[in-house]
Amino acid sequence: METLEAKKETTATKQTQTINGSQAVLEAFVAEGVDTIFGYPGGAIMPIYDALYDYHDKLKHILVRHEQGGIHAGQGYARASGRVGVVFGTSGPGATNLVTGLADAMIDSTPLVCITGQVYAHLLGTDAFQEIDVINITTPVTKWNYQITDATEIPAVLAKAFYIAKTGRPGPVLIDITKNAQLQNFEYEGYTPCTHIRSYRPKPIVRKEFIAEAAALINQAEKPFVIFGQGVILGKAEKEFKAFIEKAGLPAAWTVMGLSALDSDHPLNVGMLGMHGNYGPNVLTNECDVLIAIGMRFDDRVTGRLDKYAKQAKVIHFDIDPSEIDKNVKTAVGVWGDCKETLPLLTKLIEEKQHTAWVNKFHEYMAEEVKEVIHEELNPTDDILTMGEVIRNLNELTGGNSIIVTDVGQHQMVACRYAKFNKSKSNITSGGLGTMGFGLPASIGAKFGAPDRQVIAIIGDGGFQMTLQELGTIMQNDVDVKILILNNQFLGMVRQWQQLFNDKRYSFVDIASPDYVTLAKAYGIEGQRINQREVLRDALSTMLHHKGSYLLEVMVGKENNVFPMVPQGCSVSEIRLK
Amino acid sequence: MNKQEFTITVYTENHIGLLVRIATMFSRRKINIESLNTSPSEAEGIHRFTIVINEFEEVVRKLARQIEKQVEVLKAYYNTNDEIVWQELALYKVSTDEIAEKAKVERLLREHGARAVVIRKDYTIFETSGHREETDKLVEVLAPYGLIEFVRSARVAIIKASHGFHEKLREFEEAMPGEEQVENEFLNKQEGIFTM
Repeated sequence: METLEAKKETTATKQTQTINGSQAVLEAFVAEGVDTIFGYPGGAIMPIYDALYDYHDKLKHILVRHEQGGIHAGQGYARASGRVGVVFGTSGPGATNLVTGLADAMIDSTPLVCITGQVYAHLLGTDAFQEIDVINITTPVTKWNYQITDATEIPAVLAKAFYIAKTGRPGPVLIDITKNAQLQNFEYEGYTPCTHIRSYRPKPIVRKEFIAEAAALINQAEKPFVIFGQGVILGKAEKEFKAFIEKAGLPAAWTVMGLSALDSDHPLNVGMLGMHGNYGPNVLTNECDVLIAIGMRFDDRVTGRLDKYAKQAKVIHFDIDPSEIDKNVKTAVGVWGDCKETLPLLTKLIEEKQHTAWVNKFHEYMAEEVKEVIHEELNPTDDILTMGEVIRNLNELTGGNSIIVTDVGQHQMVACRYAKFNKSKSNITSGGLGTMGFGLPASIGAKFGAPDRQVIAIIGDGGFQMTLQELGTIMQNDVDVKILILNNQFLGMVRQWQQLFNDKRYSFVDIASPDYVTLAKAYGIEGQRINQREVLRDALSTMLHHKGSYLLEVMVGKENNVFPMVPQGCSVSEIRLK
Repeated sequence: MNKQEFTITVYTENHIGLLVRIATMFSRRKINIESLNTSPSEAEGIHRFTIVINEFEEVVRKLARQIEKQVEVLKAYYNTNDEIVWQELALYKVSTDEIAEKAKVERLLREHGARAVVIRKDYTIFETSGHREETDKLVEVLAPYGLIEFVRSARVAIIKASHGFHEKLREFEEAMPGEEQVENEFLNKQEGIFTM
């Protein structure tokens, strides 16, 4: 908010001037502090692109190769920077190509403002060329959407769009602007950021009595267990969260979306929750006496079978979205609010404590998991490379300082399980929607969102082939991302399920790959393929030290599985180690 | 707990597209909307949706919260039938000859509190209002006499315990909410959620 105030002074010129709708869009971006736009032009958004020609010194536009790539890049940008991602697309197919990214951003609470061009207002409803009812198509996958047919609406609507996208529980907003509105001249009175919408309450009043109730439960607890999600990152409450768990010595486990909010080597970080999470956090969910959920939404991949989930525990749920409280898991105390505000209040009320014996229980389970699963995965004794050892070597080379962007599947679970982080906003992945093809474009966006950080895209051979056209974007803009393809020559996660649950009937999971190194070369990107342990470390090091983008393809075991695993429909305590 | 009839009352801004946004909340869960009415409300500029569904209370509670979360929705309440007063309006077109000739029909109409809206040589239109069973009953009764057309409106309902929306709207309009604004009131009473 502090930046908004500053911007207000510089951009709000009180005299009016005549500009067109397209310029008003770009003025809004400048006023909101937007620096990068990911987009693809087309007929119905041409006036905006024409105006953009004169804004090249203020707004960087990255031409992607497909609108889906554009929106995933916008998501990567938003997740790495903590700011709003901005995306352009044209009408019709341009708009429909955004839908997957909108859905992904919606379920993962990523702030985006997407602008789509639309046919002239007088053509609406006539099946005009590239006309599609984008508002109705995108309604279920946007936090808010709106169609503008008159340029005078643009400043206020865009102000609303940014306000809605980034406040409360963030999410994607789509604004559809008809071509006549983009072209229409009007008297522009300057840009005023939106700070209030009467029907929208992003920040509830914090109810201290509920915090007191929560504190009382925590103070009485003998086996308290904290589970946290992306809410801690979105609320920029990493410090507050750490202070909270440290004061009462509370073991804390993360969801995939919460990963990197707490340093990997923090003594109270007990690991990952859910289907491919760690042994202890899953089993002990059903043994704790007070379960404290912070900024997470009890996804079914986290809870497993709900009627056998933490039934013995009193559940405390902190969330900014009231519709999440009691949605999946019945709470004893629900605290609606921004955890940046609520956590310090809670920390003040809880007693300083150590739960050494209880925390040790997590360590005991971890020791067993290391013995049964992790040690072999990270230090395999046979010749075939594992995904885990690639990640281990990467950790040792990066020291946990890099942004890791993953796609979806086995490599994603392995990366989340084993990658080390010592900085927040460093794990960028498609969590809720599980969008294959997310990784490569999101890594491009992440690099623009955090240009000073090293960005490594870890992608499977399946997901990479879904959006590999974005190599063109990397080439044209010299985007420094390191692409690490973990190639098991299968759609590995589906194959794993077919092996375990469908009697090894491998139905259409055997996927062929092109020669990725040659492909990269065609885009002017250097790279190599390896399949031997002796060269792994050097190859990773070469990739990391290479100036500019680089593609490293590592051939890993074809039929390796990700374990532990909570089979679908099972309770978290039924987690399998093999 | 069984499925039962719930009436959901939603106070909203009057914006294009909001109907779809609210309707998708139901369709995504494959819930049939029994009746849906939109109208102005007691507060100027605020629209009021009245939606009737048959569901478990648990589901309705979650739905109401997800509806209320929508940016342009101010408030969503849900009530059982004994917490509201409601009416539906029905129109019946019958042949005037039949009415004129058969005194029995006239008596039936009177019994059901119907009144004539239009009387023409060829047909007559009656109107009645009431609960679904009442308006349905008249259809049954008129059927043997050649009911030409029948139509019934959606339910409109007043929440018995409601004090109206004026006070709430004032609170919503304040940029900085006052202390009297109980925002997460549903947390107060886990059971009596969304009562005013």
